[in-house]
Amino acid sequence: MEALNDWERRLEETALAPIRRTGPRFWAVVAFLLAVIGWGAYAYSVQLRDGLVVTGMRDRISWGLYIATFVFFIGISHAGTLISAILRVSQARWRTPVTRMAEFVTVVALVCGASYVIIDLGRPDRLLHVVAYGRWQSPIVWDVLAITTYLTGSITYLFVPMIPDLALFRDRLGGRTSRWRGWLYRTLAIGWNGNAAQRRSLASAIGVLMILIIPIAVSVHTVVSWIFAMTMRVPWDSALFGAFFVAGAIFSGIAILIVVMAILRRAYHLEEYLTEKHFVYLGLLLATFAAIMIYANISEFMTHGYKLREGVEFHFRQLFLAEFAPLFWFYLLGGLIAPIVIALLPATRNVRGFVAAAALVTVAMWIERYFIVVTGLRVPLMPYEPASYAPTWVEWSLLAAGLALFALLITVFTKVFPIIAVWEVAEDHEATVAGSGTVQPAPETPKLAGEVG
Amino acid sequence: MPKEEILRSFYVPKLCNLCEHSPCSQVCPVGATFSTPEGTVLIDQERCIGCRICMAACPYDRRFFNWGNAPIPPEALLADYSAEHQIPAKKGTVMKCDFCPDMARAGTLPYCAQGCPNGAIYYGDLEEDIATNGTALVSVSRFLSENDAYRLKDDLGTKPRVFYIPGHGEAVGRDAFTPDRQPTEWPWMERAEGAATWKR
Repeated sequence: MEALNDWERRLEETALAPIRRTGPRFWAVVAFLLAVIGWGAYAYSVQLRDGLVVTGMRDRISWGLYIATFVFFIGISHAGTLISAILRVSQARWRTPVTRMAEFVTVVALVCGASYVIIDLGRPDRLLHVVAYGRWQSPIVWDVLAITTYLTGSITYLFVPMIPDLALFRDRLGGRTSRWRGWLYRTLAIGWNGNAAQRRSLASAIGVLMILIIPIAVSVHTVVSWIFAMTMRVPWDSALFGAFFVAGAIFSGIAILIVVMAILRRAYHLEEYLTEKHFVYLGLLLATFAAIMIYANISEFMTHGYKLREGVEFHFRQLFLAEFAPLFWFYLLGGLIAPIVIALLPATRNVRGFVAAAALVTVAMWIERYFIVVTGLRVPLMPYEPASYAPTWVEWSLLAAGLALFALLITVFTKVFPIIAVWEVAEDHEATVAGSGTVQPAPETPKLAGEVG
Repeated sequence: MPKEEILRSFYVPKLCNLCEHSPCSQVCPVGATFSTPEGTVLIDQERCIGCRICMAACPYDRRFFNWGNAPIPPEALLADYSAEHQIPAKKGTVMKCDFCPDMARAGTLPYCAQGCPNGAIYYGDLEEDIATNGTALVSVSRFLSENDAYRLKDDLGTKPRVFYIPGHGEAVGRDAFTPDRQPTEWPWMERAEGAATWKR
């Protein structure tokens, strides 16, 4: 019993550490990210002044980097849903130290992704027209509805399981932090004292939320794909598109989660809780989704390529042989094949290997989103010479600013909220200790556990 | 097709097809592009939010965006904006050919039909079955069937209201594919001089 208490105290200290201590490294990172965001704000002010003419987009290729980045961010927002909801539903206990970070990533990625739609608008001042004059028939309106629902849902899903941890912060930091923090934790903990009735309500609230969030998440990326698939463009004309986008979203979501986990683990010394096991399990999930993506790609290319309808030949040539070939092959080999190879080789089946795989996948999936948008629009609809598109400095700056905003929000989040679901980790630990007498991985995922062994 | 193998070339003006089942107005999130009861597809640039999904949806690639400040002639600044004439053009919104409904209201032909020196462009009413190029008056249904008219990408089911008549006057004019082409002596210029709608 004494050992268990010790263990719990250490866990609480680890969770509290980012809030207690803030070093110069943290401020250096924040300053750098703010500088990048500031530069992006300048680029956006130029775009507001002169119009979208400062981008590389023109009449023939009328969507570009912004829409691609929007799709990318909405994609990585699926990290939270998968890790926390699907793994919770399937009662995979190893998820507990990972869930909170995954839910952070979801909320932050949604905020970043949604802002790219506004950046892409020709008339951001008329954004509220979507509310005032919205038409149910338009895929854009479906998107607005799905994304706002998902954002609300994922903020709730982040908040509700965090209540006991916020109460812990309230109790442990009360009077010893700044006033606004004390107020924040007191307010957000909404009177949690951990009695049986509250625990019951919490369990049933989480139970409802984890079921609700899955169909919402699936619908979000499906309707994002329908922005493209509802048009008559040849490369986008596919019933597979919705499922393809959802698979890609979860794929890139796992990848970004592994990257975020690796960074936070190093920054906040979470090695005891985020062990090699977590990276390996997530890495194997990553490889599984890489296989699903390969299958989806083959389905797509075979059904289009076998018939080679008008426009498809052009599309395939630009992807596989001509303008986009080098990066497209990087996506296929580096983004889809490499994670599977890394998962198969015992030498690379470790933290380092899977972080490398995740970084590759993150880059490759951005490239894939970019190609879906740009190559899809590039296929000529009429007998013209094909158009060309290259992002300008404004677009690159805003891409950098978006990534910086993503990093900044996560960084700030870790300084205010508990990055580890303390009570869930503790509960899991207690169950493990009570169940077996010694600390060892619970056999709740036999297939995966066998592979790691 | 390699350019050397092209024996004859001819111009096919590509304009908004004013589809009856218009994919562009179907996807518009704010109803800024819409079909009028008269059968034209218009854009309200005062409502358009500039999301450009209509440009992705148009199968004819016939929508254009005001990426920057559109060049506006001084007299256009005096005009009150209307979806029927789209001037003064607004930055950050979509534009396209709209068949000049304001001209129809004034009882004249669209600028393109007025300006065509060959009288190749007819404009009229599909329901009343009548069309004119400014000099000749034709029955639309008979004119189209007698001349094997076709529509662009008819198989998409968009039901365009723009018809093309192939094979007339292909040998006339410049070679569209010669880059260093010389200005042509237009053989019909003296005829254009006396055209009824040439000078308005």
